[in-house]
Amino acid sequence: MKKFALLIRLLATGSKVNVKIKALEDYFNSAPEADRIWVIAIFSGRRPKRAMSTAMLREACIQITGTPVWLFEECYHTVGDLAETIALLLPKQTNFDENEKSLSWYLNQLHLLGSETDENKWAFVQHAWNNMSSDEIFVFNKLFTGGFRIGVSQKLMVNALAKATGQEPAVIAHRITGKWDPAISNWEELLYSSSNENDLSKPYPFYLAYAVETDPSELGNIHDWQAEWKWDGIRGQLIKRQDEFFIWSRGEELLTAQFPELHALAMQLPNGVAMDGELIVLNPNAAPKHIEPLPFSLLQTRISRKNISKKQLIEAPVSFIAYDLLEYDYKDIRDTTLRDRRSLLQQMVQELDHPLLKLSPVIEANNWHALALQRSDARQNGSEGIMLKKKNAVYQVGRKKGDWWKWKIDPLTIDAVLIYAQKGHGRRSNLYTDYTFAVSDGEKLVPFTKAYSGLTDKEFAAVDAFVKRNAIEKFGPVRTVKPELVFEIAFEGIAASKRHKSGVALRFPRMSRWRQDKKLADINSLEDLKKMLELYKNETTATEQPKK
Amino acid sequence: MIQFTDIGLYCPQGDFYIDPWKPVNKAIITHAHSDHARAGSQSYLCTPDTLPLLQLRLGTHNYQTAAWKEKVFINGVEVSFFPAGHIIGSAQVKLSYKGETWVFSGDYKTTADGFSEPFEPVPCNVFITESTFGLPIYKWKTQDIIFNEMQQWISQNHAQKITSVLLAYSLGKAQRILPALAATGLKIFAHGAICNVHETLQQQGWSLPNIERITAATNKEDIKGQIVIAPPGADGTPWMKKLSPAAVGTCSGWMQVRGNARRKNTDAAFILSDHADWDGLLAAVKATGASKVFTTHGFKSAFSKYLNEQGIESAEVKTAFGNEEETDTNQEQALNPAS
Repeated sequence: MKKFALLIRLLATGSKVNVKIKALEDYFNSAPEADRIWVIAIFSGRRPKRAMSTAMLREACIQITGTPVWLFEECYHTVGDLAETIALLLPKQTNFDENEKSLSWYLNQLHLLGSETDENKWAFVQHAWNNMSSDEIFVFNKLFTGGFRIGVSQKLMVNALAKATGQEPAVIAHRITGKWDPAISNWEELLYSSSNENDLSKPYPFYLAYAVETDPSELGNIHDWQAEWKWDGIRGQLIKRQDEFFIWSRGEELLTAQFPELHALAMQLPNGVAMDGELIVLNPNAAPKHIEPLPFSLLQTRISRKNISKKQLIEAPVSFIAYDLLEYDYKDIRDTTLRDRRSLLQQMVQELDHPLLKLSPVIEANNWHALALQRSDARQNGSEGIMLKKKNAVYQVGRKKGDWWKWKIDPLTIDAVLIYAQKGHGRRSNLYTDYTFAVSDGEKLVPFTKAYSGLTDKEFAAVDAFVKRNAIEKFGPVRTVKPELVFEIAFEGIAASKRHKSGVALRFPRMSRWRQDKKLADINSLEDLKKMLELYKNETTATEQPKK
Repeated sequence: MIQFTDIGLYCPQGDFYIDPWKPVNKAIITHAHSDHARAGSQSYLCTPDTLPLLQLRLGTHNYQTAAWKEKVFINGVEVSFFPAGHIIGSAQVKLSYKGETWVFSGDYKTTADGFSEPFEPVPCNVFITESTFGLPIYKWKTQDIIFNEMQQWISQNHAQKITSVLLAYSLGKAQRILPALAATGLKIFAHGAICNVHETLQQQGWSLPNIERITAATNKEDIKGQIVIAPPGADGTPWMKKLSPAAVGTCSGWMQVRGNARRKNTDAAFILSDHADWDGLLAAVKATGASKVFTTHGFKSAFSKYLNEQGIESAEVKTAFGNEEETDTNQEQALNPAS
């Protein structure tokens, strides 16, 4: 566990990518095999099942240290991380267990602990805490309470693994996708042998696009590029092999059970197929061949819910807009050109002719200017902009520049005033960075959105100082702030919402600018928001539940 | 005996201020950090060790000194300095008048750092304590442990021919870490701001390991793989970038929380503070035997609430300077959103 704790410390404090890769590479070259496997699992989002509630961990720490509950909460909101708060509060150990336990030992114990009594869980945690350093306690708690969001991307880990094993990153990225159980996997099989490719569900790593940096016309001849709409759904991969069907999200979550309406489609799909595309709720009453997306919030309710009502299936059926074909007839065709993959895909989709499977339409334009004109209609078409894909390019692995670009439309913006603030998490620990904004409604201020991003560190520091000096009231961790600072809030979409006081919900809100030139009197009104809603709503969110 | 005003702590009986933020008639200065010592007042009272530092930082003024525990009477109020252990010369201020005693701690730490006169608790009726790190998550490891970590990090860097740049306040921490740095046997370079303080202290007879000022004439090759001390403000400046290839280590109590270290984008974090940690604050408060405790700076509301729950009557100092916890009080300027 010491070695893993040290790795986490190095990864969390090091600012340089090559230093992080080196730390991981060293770990992969020296740690026990079972531990290495777990590290791959943890950094690729395969968290162990939670064996104990966070409330119980909290309670155990409070009891052991005798910290008043309010003080514990105060600490937690300052640190911004429960695992770390506990590690900092527990008394420092001086005599350590001589038989140091490994990372995999702890993880296996966690697994077994799930079915134990609360008393036994409690005893296990206490014993563990009593025998570890503060750094170890931190990672131990992390394994209980959440993912390691510490600035290690999957890409970084894949690169380190590639170095440690002397293989291509693309090969590694593919090998570690899909369903595998870290408790029973071994290093050799996972990373070197192709035997793990017997896993029928195994998805391909997604190719991810960067945003267009300058003017797309610099990409050259428009006829070398395929333009498609950029949809606001969930990126997904549909796979059928040996009559088994799988739906993967981009985050490598298996979503097969969440979308039963697509199972009928699966019956018709040929075997040995993997399609890349968008899972998205489309209006079932739209004209044939017409793609009319419904608000993203509808899709959101579908992911979180285990039981899907008939009503939902009828009112908000999920479709798949296919835009690429990665496997056909059990053959990995990622190294063929988009032109070839697209023609196969088109043929297949047309033959299937299933109402829930759409072929992502290609936008025809003879020059960049004409395409730009079409792009300006994107929001009305329920899309976020345009994707540009090079026709003679292979399907790459991960986020790479060159062959795919996203050319998003400019966001909508509104000027709003900061009214509540709360301290952030992670690298924003002990800094007021999580804000709620309001628009005016006559004399009143109506909160309508939260936003956490878009400012520079320097600006955050300045707003933080303002909040500390101008806090009016405390509600737990929340401070009400003198309504004075005006920000331009940018967002990608707007939908009616019964859950919000303002009656609207924004998509991807963030602070695009601090309007130091504006005063409270200059902010936008609720009326302005409602006008935007009128202009851009595609459908009301009929099935959305009001907040309790 | 002490009022909390917009200008700072004010004693009406003696008609003087302690660490005023604006120019006043009579100023008593606890220590020479810039958030406590400001220029422009008519007269200053400080400890003899603080004097040359004030002269360096504030220029020529009307200064008076009082030795540790020496009694100075100002309009009938007895004033004396007691060691605060924060930095060289740092003092607590004790005020006695008509049988009542108040003590203002200034900034302090309760453990010895090898330079500043160690903290000494002063029995009093009312204690005004700083509470910069007034949460139980702040508990320091000993200086030896941190120095050890620092030396290991430096030798790893040295082996890779990478320069170790340590960010430390030019007054206080920069001197405090010197013995640990000197023990590595490597050459120590420093930013001009640190050298200025260093030379002032050497002139006063302080024995400090040698450091070399980095100037335009300094050969880059000489620095490579060695040690550089720089003030936190130098981070990210062109001056720092010239030191490449370098790894940056930040020495601060705020490094206790991982998120803060990540925000600083530092390569290494050394949890080293010149302020008392939670246990230090509690011990200091109890040792004074004060029946009333005011808290100022940092997590003052949480610390004050905790003291009340412990049966020690307490309130936080409300000032125009800030209603809530400030971040690092030492020389880290909060940006004014209006400017």
